[in-house]
Amino acid sequence: MRYLPLTDTDRRAMLGAIGVDSIDDLFVDVPESARRDGLVDLPTHAGEMEVERTLSALAAKNLSPSVAPCFLGAGAYRHHIPASVDHLIQRSEFLTAYTPYQPEISQGTLQVLFEFQTQVAAITGMEVANASMYDGATGCAEAVMMAHRITKRRKSVLSGSLHPHYRDATETLVQFTNFEMQSAPVDADGTEDLAALIDKDTACVVVQNPTFFGHVRDLTALADACHRAGALLVAVVTEVVSLGAITSPGEMGADIVVAEGQSIGVPLSFGGPYVGLLATRQKYIRQMPGRLCGETVDQDGRRGYVLTLSAREQHIRREKATSNICTNSGLCALAFCIHLTLLGEAGFSRLAELNHAAAATLADKLAAVPGVTLVNDSFFNEFTLRLPKPAAEVVEALSAQGILGGVPVSRLLPDDPAMADLLLVAATETNTEAEMDRLVAALTEVL
Amino acid sequence: MAGNAKQTHSGHRGLDMDEPLIFEQDAPGRTGVDLAEPPAVQDRLGGLARRGPVGLPGLSEPQVVRHFARLSRMNYAIDTGLYPLGSCTMKHNPRLNEKVARLPGLGDLHPMQPEETVQGAFELIDTLAHWIKTLTGMPAVAMSPAAGAHGELCGLMCIRAAHEAKGNPRARVLVPESAHGTNPATAAMCGYTVDAIPADDRGRVDLAAFEAKLGDDVAGVMLTNPNTCGLFENDIVKVADRIHEIGGYFYADGANFNAIVGRVRPGDLGIDAMHLNLHKTFSTPHGGGGPGSGPVVLSEALAPYAPVPFVVHGPDGFRLAEHAGGDAAKTFGRMKGFHGQMGMFIRALSYMLSHGSDGLRQVAEDAVLNANYVLARLQDVMSPAYPGPCMHEVLFDDHFLKDTGVSTLDFAKAMIDEGYHPMTVYFPLIVHGAMLVEPTETESKDSVDRFIDSLRYLAEKAKSGDTAFFEQAPELTPRRRLDETRAARSPVLRWQPPPAADAAE
Repeated sequence: MRYLPLTDTDRRAMLGAIGVDSIDDLFVDVPESARRDGLVDLPTHAGEMEVERTLSALAAKNLSPSVAPCFLGAGAYRHHIPASVDHLIQRSEFLTAYTPYQPEISQGTLQVLFEFQTQVAAITGMEVANASMYDGATGCAEAVMMAHRITKRRKSVLSGSLHPHYRDATETLVQFTNFEMQSAPVDADGTEDLAALIDKDTACVVVQNPTFFGHVRDLTALADACHRAGALLVAVVTEVVSLGAITSPGEMGADIVVAEGQSIGVPLSFGGPYVGLLATRQKYIRQMPGRLCGETVDQDGRRGYVLTLSAREQHIRREKATSNICTNSGLCALAFCIHLTLLGEAGFSRLAELNHAAAATLADKLAAVPGVTLVNDSFFNEFTLRLPKPAAEVVEALSAQGILGGVPVSRLLPDDPAMADLLLVAATETNTEAEMDRLVAALTEVL
Repeated sequence: MAGNAKQTHSGHRGLDMDEPLIFEQDAPGRTGVDLAEPPAVQDRLGGLARRGPVGLPGLSEPQVVRHFARLSRMNYAIDTGLYPLGSCTMKHNPRLNEKVARLPGLGDLHPMQPEETVQGAFELIDTLAHWIKTLTGMPAVAMSPAAGAHGELCGLMCIRAAHEAKGNPRARVLVPESAHGTNPATAAMCGYTVDAIPADDRGRVDLAAFEAKLGDDVAGVMLTNPNTCGLFENDIVKVADRIHEIGGYFYADGANFNAIVGRVRPGDLGIDAMHLNLHKTFSTPHGGGGPGSGPVVLSEALAPYAPVPFVVHGPDGFRLAEHAGGDAAKTFGRMKGFHGQMGMFIRALSYMLSHGSDGLRQVAEDAVLNANYVLARLQDVMSPAYPGPCMHEVLFDDHFLKDTGVSTLDFAKAMIDEGYHPMTVYFPLIVHGAMLVEPTETESKDSVDRFIDSLRYLAEKAKSGDTAFFEQAPELTPRRRLDETRAARSPVLRWQPPPAADAAE
């Protein structure tokens, strides 16, 4: 077995050094009833070639977005990842290191985290960011808990155009606590008035921008309403590339920003692993969940980095910790950091422009299809269409033609009949005009 | 020696490169990507187009590649050395796993593709679930949790939901003092009071103390097995029986499954829920702190409460139960976006298929053998916290350093100069100056022997009274001991542009 270096000679010598006759003597603490002599009922070992063949066969049963024109979004976006990103994250010293608990021999990971935190703060318009969460949805839930700790209030208002997975993950996390969630009615048109739902018990209002349905909105008035009432504004961003084109949540008054960072450097990978971003104001750092990297000096006075403020965390505070999170999304944070460094100021803005231009082009083409209406006045790289028949059926018909044409809203909101005809369509820099024309032609045909 | 290190003009020291932050390498307008000129379109941003700069630095591709390549060289890693971090299972990460995770048709799938276009992905998840259920002897598994702590949360939420379904959530969860900090933190997030159980003088749960705490307000017990002292909880079946007698549930922390995989099925021990860390036992890379993946096996009693989504076998192939109702009538909810850590699933399945049932059993045996060999060869110079045999990791206390003036931390830092990542230190909390050593099965005997020789050398040096040697360590690293107090007292969590006056100079 290629991953096991011990030989039978080694094993005998080692058992001798230990002073036992057989390996079974080392498992004597296992209750007799639970000791298994034989092998479990699974196949025995296989070589690289056989394993690769098995997994390739599974891959071949899927329709790859690298082959099929893909217009899917809804919180996960297909973007080009520069070749050097995937090369660098596979550097042994990044890939096979643990959490940087010993800073003297982890300065590589730590400096990356410091740079990542600075990048996240910059794009969200906030003062500080943590070293990552599992994903955007769990980050959203953690942000709500954080708002409760800061305000010591018990209620949160969730926008009706928050991604349904974010809403569900948040409701799930708080269901056994004393906190109460108020989810506003689904808002496909982008017209909800969340300020009206704020009262003296409100810890935070959670609002997504661009919304789940793609609308871009000004959060300034809502932030003011929150602050007047002593509540916090939590802004959610599921497509971080939008921050290259749109006024940041920080500039609009958000107190906590959570985002899904997948769009920068992280492959789609069927939904995970992704990387949650969480940024806030400096004054709230001691209520943040997750790891933080900070600058300091070593005993020779040289600049260096350490994990810090760990008095918030589970390994120190145990049941009084701000979160139970331990392992986060380190390698995805690294990929994000490398890709965003390659982009830089100019590339990040350009990428956002390309995405917006692609979506604007596609929206105009699709809105011209008979029977199709564009729901949005505003959008970044994703918008909602109203179709003359159920969107789920249309998507199936398109996929039969080898086109991944969009996400039917009913897949995420199945209980609301008003959602049945709505289709979410995203376009990114990866979509060519020829792909768009194929989608238009196919949609015209299936409607 | 300290202070006598050769000074260089550049700040570099041979291959040890001093690397500035990306923000300190900025040239406005420079970029590391070539993106096309966007076509002219009418702005649909609702009047919210960004007005000012974002504040990102401009670097070209060669600069970016060199920057991150240089930073990587400041890290210790499994690929470059033995990484005996107890409870973390730092085993070899096969590159085959990385290759298959990137196959077109797996790594590039969008999570919201129509179900009929991702049947292979569902089959992969279902196959991995089958391996996990078979290895643990459990009837069900929730695949979506993102890491170990997230898996604990999944298990505890199932327990809470099961109690609520019976009309009483109950109030307390029993957690050993030796537990990972995530255990009590998780119980608290589910609204439970944490009641700590002491360890006995054998490093196991004190069964009498555990029984004394039982009552009809106890929702369950969280027990790591093998435990954080590296020992098998030999009363575990009694613990399971007692907790079930009072109507509670048994959560097992499976962080240390590597010790028993293929030899012991947790299902035969009476557990109700247990997470597996795919990034420990099943070799997915730790990546400097994640991502992980923490599937949770569940008993028949808890399975109905499992979180959505999960893969189900339908008449026309696989489909996904994504919402409450139907197949998920009693689900406690959703834990994250989309379906789980697919990238980790692919890698873990690749690892399982590679080892097979025979290889996985050998994994446990070799892991336990290596740890006991370390114990046998160090017990005369270091102080084992408990008598052996141990499982896959061996715990020492700082008794052997008594009166030497050398602390566990100093000892760990001296290991760094010897070319080793230190073991887990000061955990578990129940042992004074704890040092938890987990060599894993992927170390050769030669490698383990050299490691042992280094520890013997250090133990003897500590006893010789050379405290300065330890206090100064490490000296051969990119940075020496860092001022953690300063970092926490006045936190600097991001780079800031220099003040304008300086910038103008």
